[in-house]
Amino acid sequence: MKEEDRNPSQAARREFLSKLGRVATCAGAVVGAAGLGVVSNASGKSEPASEPASFPTKDYDWTQHDWAFGVDATKCIGCLRCVEACKRENNVPANAHQFRTWVERYVYLEGEEAVHIDSQQDPVNIEASGSQKEFRFANRYKDAKVEKAFFVPKLCNQCTHPACVQVCPVGATYRTKDGVVLIDHDYCIGCRYCVQACPYGARYFDEERGVSDKCTWCYHRITKGLQPACVEVCPVGARVFGDRRDHQSPISLFIRNNRVQVLRPESGNAPNVFYVGIDKEVN
Amino acid sequence: MEPVIHATPYLGWVYPNETIFEWSVLIAVYPYLTGLVAGAFTVSSLYQVFGFQRLKPVAHLALLTSLCFMVFVPTPLLLHLGHPERAFNATLTPHWTSAMAAFGYFASFYVVLLILETWFAYRPFIIEQAQKRAGLLGTFYRVLTLGSYDVSAKAIAYDQKWILWLAITGIPAAHGLHGYVGFMYGSLKSREWWSSDLMPVIFLFSAIISGVSLLVVLYAASCKLRKIPIDVDCVKGLAYTIWGFIMIAIVLEALAFANLVYKGREGIEMILQYVTGPLLIPYFLLQFAIGLMLPFFWLSYMIWRGTTGRAMITGVTICSCLVLFSVFMMRWNVVIGGQEISKTGKGLLIYHMFIGGKEGALVAIALTLAPLVALLGLSWLFPPWIHGTVSSRVAAVGEH
Repeated sequence: MKEEDRNPSQAARREFLSKLGRVATCAGAVVGAAGLGVVSNASGKSEPASEPASFPTKDYDWTQHDWAFGVDATKCIGCLRCVEACKRENNVPANAHQFRTWVERYVYLEGEEAVHIDSQQDPVNIEASGSQKEFRFANRYKDAKVEKAFFVPKLCNQCTHPACVQVCPVGATYRTKDGVVLIDHDYCIGCRYCVQACPYGARYFDEERGVSDKCTWCYHRITKGLQPACVEVCPVGARVFGDRRDHQSPISLFIRNNRVQVLRPESGNAPNVFYVGIDKEVN
Repeated sequence: MEPVIHATPYLGWVYPNETIFEWSVLIAVYPYLTGLVAGAFTVSSLYQVFGFQRLKPVAHLALLTSLCFMVFVPTPLLLHLGHPERAFNATLTPHWTSAMAAFGYFASFYVVLLILETWFAYRPFIIEQAQKRAGLLGTFYRVLTLGSYDVSAKAIAYDQKWILWLAITGIPAAHGLHGYVGFMYGSLKSREWWSSDLMPVIFLFSAIISGVSLLVVLYAASCKLRKIPIDVDCVKGLAYTIWGFIMIAIVLEALAFANLVYKGREGIEMILQYVTGPLLIPYFLLQFAIGLMLPFFWLSYMIWRGTTGRAMITGVTICSCLVLFSVFMMRWNVVIGGQEISKTGKGLLIYHMFIGGKEGALVAIALTLAPLVALLGLSWLFPPWIHGTVSSRVAAVGEH
């Protein structure tokens, strides 16, 4: 995670600890001085705590935004540029098992009731791409009679009631005021309870760093007025992002002009990624 | 280059991030150890609080067993953490909405309680050793007396009062700790296999039978090693305890499973495919049939026929070993089984346990056996088979 993604509560914690340190030092000084019979007035003055740096980006006010994400599955062509862009942008481990975002392929074949689902991590697809760093969907159904097929991009739903935040024992993961769930990688203990709690499989554990990780809607970008990397590279506009407070933003228009739905509404997590064009099998 | 991560094979459709198995065998060992603590403490409490006199020969052993296992409870968790050096963050800045946040407090409170109760229980013995022994060991016991050499009837009565109240407090503490472990899984709504209101009580009753069974095995083994006869009444008392609690454990497990199947919520097809496929042997055969039903029927038969003597001791000990195995399988089937069923409800993963490595089988076995080694050492320092005769002996020494 980028430096600026850190929790303000961490800043508050630091401030508290720093104050505690000063109090302890002062107390020590008073005791020491009293022992010498010289009560100094060293503890009488304390400097005000320095203001925490503007968070997360200078001049950015997280109380003024309400970010949301839209996915138009009818537009997605499964090119997987979004997955690759995300991996590069966010230093996601270069393997075929850990993703901040991924694309699912749903294929209904004639005469079959069960849907065939795969994603870019499927060994057949990895074999087709020939690499765990570049992804593509293998043309595995070219000889089959396809009745219906579509792609569904997936990412963290930045839920309003996130189960991952609820279960974190140290509060290292938290929901920002502008509606994004972040992780303080300097505070995460690596217990992976959040990975288990997420019903969407959006989190993974970064073995090298020993912490959990997930999509942040490119928080380091959106707080600078940029689009998330996956939205930026999508050639067909299947991914929509914006501020719900702005009624003319792409996401506001997307939600207003479409019948949208969310994944697993029964979980009570209240997800904030809105889908158009998904099927009953998608969850 | 050796890959940093090890992907899990799978069938059907699983989320890409699920292909890395996050909670290993160590997370199954953790509730297993916690359960043994709660179960062993139950035996101690049955004697100390409820006055089950026939359990007297194992009362001190139960206390020491509980203490030794409790000390090792956090080790699988620490080994599993990505940043074990930050483990205390959970106690320094607990995030109270997390079911995991209070663990440090619960565990610390319970360890302190166990140490206190053990100290009071062994105080007369410690004083006797402090007066009798010289050298380093003598100094060790003298430090442990904390400067108090009073073994008068009044002081002993005072100790007894403390032991009683600590034991009473320990009952909700031990069982709360373990029920809480069950809650950590049961409260997760992301996995149908875990998400059950019955999970805490299932964990609790399986814990009790595992702890009592452990004591049967330890008591039988210690008597064999010390070449002394086994107290048949005591083993019978433990057998009755297992028999009583195993019934509840079986009923709860069956109810939870029936609930899951009967409700038949989304993903149930995959769960049924799983339990009748990969889980058939570990769940129905090993955990249920061999580990729970067989000991239950065997114990019932022995109680009905009034079996006693060597046959009873052998039977109860074998049943206890089966229960110990069954409860481990239960932990395994919950922790590993829960993750083998994909969150998609449309796929299964196949956990591969490594032999070596930080979270491999060898470490898991070592962590399960480590408390027994600690118990061996502690039994040497504080023999658990002295039962109350000490105070009179020390009193006699004091009179001279």
